[in-house]
Amino acid sequence: MLFGKAKILRSHGWQYIPNLDAVTLTEEFRGFPLLTATEDSADIEHAAAICPTGAITTKPLTLDLGKCLFCGECQKCAPKNIRFTNEHRLAATRREDLIVEVGQTAPKFDTTAIRPEIAKYFGKALQLREVSAGGDCSVEMELNATGNVNFDFGRYGVGFTASPRHADGLVLTGPISQNMAEALDICYNSIAEPKILVVCGSEAVSGGLYADSPAVDRSFLDKYHVDLWLPGAPTHPLCFIDGITRLRKKHKR
Amino acid sequence: MKLYHITNNNAKAVAIADIPVVEYVALYNDLKERMTDSRYHVAHYFATEIERGLKFYLIILDDTTGEVLITSFIPDYYAEGLASLTALHPQFHPFEREMNELYGIPFDSHPWLKPLRFPYDRRDKESTMDSYPFYTIDGDELHEVNVGPIHAGIIEPGAFRFICDGEQVLHLEIALGYQHRGVESEMLRNDNRLRHTLIAESTAGDTAVGHATAYAELTEKLANADIGDDLKRERMIAIELERIAMHLADTGALATDIGFQLYQVACEALRTVVINTTQAWCGNRFGKSLIRPMGTNHPLTEEKIALIRKNIADVRRRYNEVREDILEAPTLLARFEQCGLVPKSEMERIGGVGQAARASGLRRDIRATHPSGFYAEELKHEPILKHDGDVMSRLATRMDEVLQSADYIESTLAAYKPAGSIPAPDYKAKFQGDALAFSLIEGWRGEICHVALTDSEGRITKYKIKDPSVHNWLGLAIAVRSEGISDFPINNKSFNLSYCGHDL
Repeated sequence: MLFGKAKILRSHGWQYIPNLDAVTLTEEFRGFPLLTATEDSADIEHAAAICPTGAITTKPLTLDLGKCLFCGECQKCAPKNIRFTNEHRLAATRREDLIVEVGQTAPKFDTTAIRPEIAKYFGKALQLREVSAGGDCSVEMELNATGNVNFDFGRYGVGFTASPRHADGLVLTGPISQNMAEALDICYNSIAEPKILVVCGSEAVSGGLYADSPAVDRSFLDKYHVDLWLPGAPTHPLCFIDGITRLRKKHKR
Repeated sequence: MKLYHITNNNAKAVAIADIPVVEYVALYNDLKERMTDSRYHVAHYFATEIERGLKFYLIILDDTTGEVLITSFIPDYYAEGLASLTALHPQFHPFEREMNELYGIPFDSHPWLKPLRFPYDRRDKESTMDSYPFYTIDGDELHEVNVGPIHAGIIEPGAFRFICDGEQVLHLEIALGYQHRGVESEMLRNDNRLRHTLIAESTAGDTAVGHATAYAELTEKLANADIGDDLKRERMIAIELERIAMHLADTGALATDIGFQLYQVACEALRTVVINTTQAWCGNRFGKSLIRPMGTNHPLTEEKIALIRKNIADVRRRYNEVREDILEAPTLLARFEQCGLVPKSEMERIGGVGQAARASGLRRDIRATHPSGFYAEELKHEPILKHDGDVMSRLATRMDEVLQSADYIESTLAAYKPAGSIPAPDYKAKFQGDALAFSLIEGWRGEICHVALTDSEGRITKYKIKDPSVHNWLGLAIAVRSEGISDFPINNKSFNLSYCGHDL
């Protein structure tokens, strides 16, 4: 019996990623897109037409990461215009910064938009309450993964907590279904000030595929200030970790 | 009179004209007897609006012959009412409840027409998620425990109301619908089939491959398209990778709930390897973007095949060590064995499917009973069955299925030389008009069933999705009866049902 456990331990060895900032994801991963304008706009018009969430505008060419589900089809339609890199650090402090323009080489992260009290109060420890409001379970599983044996975000004092009374902020996932709207509001208001609000996943940021669905009620986001926007379908754990780290001004790179 | 059109999961779409329109009384009388035989279960049952009133479609599966029985009826229900099938066979309950909720159909002598998911287009707008009156039992010695909709961990919302006598659960009522996003109606918003595929992927994000495959196979039937063997093979690899990843996650989650950290962290690490392998294949850890109608944007290459084989062999070896240790861990077995019993007879009554049904000895596995794609032609799948129907059986089914899936992947990829013949996806193929198409896929939770109806132009006018959770949530409620309330988490994890897949 003990031998079995020793075997498991030996087979697994050390699992944690020593430096979370230094990770480069596989080439296949679709992260930050590079946009190039061309004379001929036929390809990009095709890409904009097929985009399932209308994330692409053609004149001028832009791609809204808050709507993008990273399916990669636009890159197939317009390879000269759109190329996804494997850059996973996609966080933004303002919603409009998620709109990528031609020639932009890196995601915009405006540190001036960060409220100064965040680093002051949450620099050492940050406990978050997650609420899924129509999330498809993939973003939720990735948020769980941030605390797992590989990513181990807990080592920097960041974790998820059960009670909103114990939380310093709320992480929202999903397009906000009508049936969860009230529970979400109650949960947010149960968290003591000061608190932060993080919107995680493209479906939460823009409503995604369900932006126009009559079953969705997004008025919550009109009422409260969002501190961090995290695109992705789902948001990669490292994107979440990077965004929260920079929000707390703990970034070393 | 012919009651059913008989087809199978490999046939093309069915012309609506070929589906008999029967008298409800005749159908009711037939089902009364037929459904007592556990070889049959209901795969889908829904109503759709027609010019005057409603037309009902019913799809029954025969697990013995692989036949799929389809029928329809147009009742004058205002005049005659519809006798409830649930009253005879509880497995009809979610379907009748849905139709009652959407159209107000009063199924006579239905035991409990409780709202299924509070959809935005429900008939009674006064009935809301937040004002739902839970079932109660009077008694000085009883107390109620409410859990949810927001749960302690990072999971989806759903409300559980326990009625307990001391520590013992007398009754658990599960109220769902918080996750309702309008998936089925969003499928009809426009005819952008890339969008439809993504909606299918997001139906239940942990089953992205399963639901996307169900959508793809359905559209291929409507387009009368024959996809090549290589594409079928690669889809099988994708769906088995998903199965492995989720069974690993659930092994870890079960360990977490009894505080067994070694298995928890080992399974977390193993799942990371599997989903990172999927990511190295298609760019997404959940396999989103991998499954597309008629083709793929991510055909396997020699390098990717080598990577998958290496990683899966490693995961299989390491997981088997965990598995062997679990089987002789007394503290774990003491919690899992004889806890949360769902006997085979109960599984049959509620129409249980998938891994949970197999853990109770019920041989329901689409890969074996109604195979399509690679399962129909190359792979002769034999389902893994356990017989105790307890938490341990549900875990043991998962554990054995991980090894089985890993073996399928290895044996298939070892003999696979990709010829580069898989085309790019096709989002424009012409669909058959006035047809009904369905697809059946064995996702990691169980039977996924998508159904579409088309108009004379081949446009989809109705899209219905059934996640296996729709059948199995009642299984969880039955499992915890008379158990200690502290055993609820392990029972819940042993089923791990989808909220969004149920609420759509």
